[in-house]
This record gives sequence, C-alpha cells and structure tokens, in this order.
Amino acid sequence: MGLAILVILVYMFTMLGTRPDYVLPRRAIKVAAMVLIACSVGYSSVVFQTITNNRILTPSIMGFESVYILFQSFIVFLYGDATFQVIQSQENFVFSVLLMFGFALILYFTMFRKENVNVYFLLLVGLILGSIFGSMTSFMQMIIDPNEFSVIQKSLFASFNNINTELLGISAITLIISLLIGSRLLHNLDVLSLGKEHAINLGVNYQRLVQVSLLIIAVQVSISTALVGPITFLGILIANLSYEFIPSYKHRHTILGASLMGILLIIGGQYLVEHVFNMGTTISILINFVGGLYFIILLLKSRKI
Amino acid sequence: MITVKKVNKRYGEFRVLDDLSISFPKGKVTSLIGGNGTGKSTLLGVVSKLLNKDSGNVFVVDQDISDISSKEFATRLSFLKQSNHTHIRLKVRELVCFGRFPYNRGKRMCSEDCCIVDRALNFMELEDIADKYIDELSGGQRQRAYLAMVLAQDTEYVLLDEPLNNLDMKYSVQIMRTLQKLAKEFGKTVIIIVHDINIAAYYSDYIAALKDGAIKYFGKTEEIIKPEILKEIFGLDFEVIQRNGKPVCLYYN
Repeated sequence: MGLAILVILVYMFTMLGTRPDYVLPRRAIKVAAMVLIACSVGYSSVVFQTITNNRILTPSIMGFESVYILFQSFIVFLYGDATFQVIQSQENFVFSVLLMFGFALILYFTMFRKENVNVYFLLLVGLILGSIFGSMTSFMQMIIDPNEFSVIQKSLFASFNNINTELLGISAITLIISLLIGSRLLHNLDVLSLGKEHAINLGVNYQRLVQVSLLIIAVQVSISTALVGPITFLGILIANLSYEFIPSYKHRHTILGASLMGILLIIGGQYLVEHVFNMGTTISILINFVGGLYFIILLLKSRKI
Repeated sequence: MITVKKVNKRYGEFRVLDDLSISFPKGKVTSLIGGNGTGKSTLLGVVSKLLNKDSGNVFVVDQDISDISSKEFATRLSFLKQSNHTHIRLKVRELVCFGRFPYNRGKRMCSEDCCIVDRALNFMELEDIADKYIDELSGGQRQRAYLAMVLAQDTEYVLLDEPLNNLDMKYSVQIMRTLQKLAKEFGKTVIIIVHDINIAAYYSDYIAALKDGAIKYFGKTEEIIKPEILKEIFGLDFEVIQRNGKPVCLYYN
C-alpha cells in the first residue's frame, strides 16, 4: 500500500521541468486513470479466476479484446487515412464499449437460456468467437495500406498518454458503480472459491452469482479496454502476484492486493516509459516483458516443488 | 422427512434415475448401497439441489425443494461430496468456519458461531491441526476437516457421499459413531452412501438398495441384510452371520 502511494508521489512530483502548473494537472488525470484501470483489472481478473476456478485465465479469453481490435481495424479499413477526421474519439469510445458489452450480453444470454450454466462451455464459445474475430482482423489488416496499418497499430497497444478527460469522467463513474455493486458479492465469492458444490451447499445462489459477476466483469473490461487499449495480460500478472504476497483467501484482500500491484506496475511502468525510455516504448511492451519473466520464474519455481 | 417422488434424471440417453421414489425416515441413519453407477450419488445430488432433475419432486417435510431459497435450504440440509480439494490456501479452522456461512453470510462470526466451530473441530479431533493448511494434510485428515465443516453447518438433514473415503478404520468407526449420535441425540436425519456393507449393516437404521436407477429394496437394516437380497444387488454370494445381535456379511471367496 505504502509502496503504491510512494510510486504515485514519485510519478507526480519528480522531473517536473520548468512548468509545474502545466504538468501537474495533466499528470493527475493520468494517475487517476491508471488507478481506475488498475482497480478494475484487479477486480475483474481475480473474480474471473474464482468463477472459472483457474489461475491462468483472464477475461481476455472471452474475446473482448478481439472485438475491440476488430472494430478498430474495421473503421480504419472503411475510412483509411481519413479515419480520425471521420470519427471522433468519443464516438469511437462509445461504440467500442457498446460493441464489447453487447457481445458479452449476447454471449451470456444465449448461454444462460439453458438452465444450467456451464462456465467452461461459455469460455470455449468466447474463445472460438475471439479467434474468429482475430482472423477477420488479420485479414483486414493484410489488405489495407501499410500506412493505414500504422494507424491501427496505435490502438493495439495500451497507452495512457492521451486520455480524454471527458471519457475519463464517464468511465470513472461507471467503473466505480460497478466496483460498488461488485463489492457486495465478495463474501459469496469467498465461498465460491471452495468449489461450486460447496458453494451451493452453503447456500450461495450459484447461477445468479456467476451471472452478476460476469456482467460486472464485462462492464469493467469493456470500459478499460476502450479507454486505454488491450491491457488484460496485466490481469494474470497482478492477480497471481497478489495471491503470492497476500496471505489470505478473502477476496476483499486479494482484490485490494491485485489493485495495488496494478497501480504499482502501471504507474511504475509509465514512469519508466516517460523518463527512462523517453517514450521510446509503450507500457504494454514493458508489462508483457515483466509478466513474461515472472511467468518463467513461476514455472521454474513450481517445477522445483 | 425427505420424500422423493417419481424422480427421473438422464445423462444423454442413459437413465440414471428411473422413476425413483423413496421416503427417508426422520431422525435415523439411512445408508444407500448398490454397485457402481446405480445412481446413488445422483440421487443425493438431486436431493441436495446440486443437480437438476428432469422430472419428479423432492419434498422436505411438505415443502418442495425447488420452492425453498438457496439461503434457507443451506440452513436445513447439508451435503458433502466424495472427493474434496481446493486450490486456495486455507487453514482447517477457516474451512470449518465456512460451515457457518449460511447463518452469518460472511459477516463477523458471533460467539455462538465460534462455539459451534470449536465443537465441530473437537468432534473430529482436529484441534491439533486447526491452524494447518488444508493442502498440507493427508487425505483422511482433509476428509475429517470437510466433515467438520458439515457438522458446523448444523443442519437437520445431513447427506454424505462416501464419507469414509480415505479414512482409516479408526476414523471410519468414529465417524459412523458420530453420525449415529447425531441421529439419536440430536434427531438429525442422516443419509449416507457406503460401500462397506458391514459398516452399513452395523451402524445404519435403514438401508436402501439401488439397482438400475431405482430403489430395489428399502427397509430396516435387518430386513435388507439377507443373502438373497444382497446377491441380487451385488451379484455375489453372501453369507450372513449374526454376532451380538448384528449381522456380519462374508462375501470374500
């Protein structure tokens, strides 16, 4: 906790340059966005892993990001170079969120119509749809102009550099509401981590819990993806770091831990990107690099035991 | 009293439960016996609302179980499945505390809750390992920890799917005695699946024998433990001898 606050302060107040009055408010917005993203990625990943009873999955397996990337590629495919004259970032944001959320709703409701939800079946369908979207995306990217491709590429990497303040406001309110609703489920999720049968035996309404949690996850993932780009790989990393360092099975603690890890990683990463690499790289590359290393370490460690 | 009326359940084409009806007597230990794949676990799953039935009804007293909310149901009936494991780091005591979840919904444990948890730990002789992690325990110790959780749930009806799984003889006997005590002293209705016919014969008040998804025989223990019935159920030759007024079955040959 202390470490996370320290990182925020370091990021806010070092290397101010000559015009602090200009730099500070802009940085504050970025920090707010990053904290928000960290919390929603933390919540959605930990809860998703509990529902699926699996520690190496994140909501990205359901195909949210592929919907996002497909949409981004599609508008560039349609409008080419002129994309950003035709479509405003606000519109783009709203459409992306609606598409991703709509995708989730259609997926859930076709699946939930059957009385017995099978989470794994849901995952499988999401995974397959995700890869279909993926191949459609690569097809479109293949036939567009290389210059136009570079326009898409920008949206393929998460970036905190130009966050729209207005969008941030709307997203913040929605995310906070979803987190508040989500926080009421935490005790039930604790029980669910014992396993589906035990949860039912202990009086948890399993169907409802899974449905509500998946909806909350859908809201959070759509908004954070549309706001900064695909960053959900972060989810695996921070969730597992949290399990490692937080000696508690309670979701209250693990989600908090994951969020703090997220803040640490994103803001620390952004600091490195801005001041060490001089914007020469992007934060998602950094996070993927750190995440990859961490996973190799995890694998090696579990081999030994 | 739990009454099962004409319940059907199929997996694909295979009928696991075929128009099954039975009434489990209140305040008694009833054992379900039968070969593998005869629908014993499915029956318990349906009664405990873990599995959906295709048709038929299950009543607790006079109330259809589908009309009871999951919250209330958990305070009246508990179920433990055959094999239990978890991937979260959990201490024995924390696991047993989950048994109180139906009452406190995850809020702070009241002193009564703590008292019941301590009693359950004591009952299963788990005090020494109460602060150990579940994944560090042997199979039998883990089984006792889960049983303690079910005890802490303190429900009128207790359904156990092979509770003696992984247990050595001492603990098997101890658990059967515990279940007998629950029925006799606290009036709880206990329904268990047992594979050891002699354990079933010695400790249960009633025995229900399943074959092909239906109750083939149901009655007091001494009415069921007979060579001809057991032969029909298991397809083995049995010799039943009486020792101290209890039947003992010999079937090794």
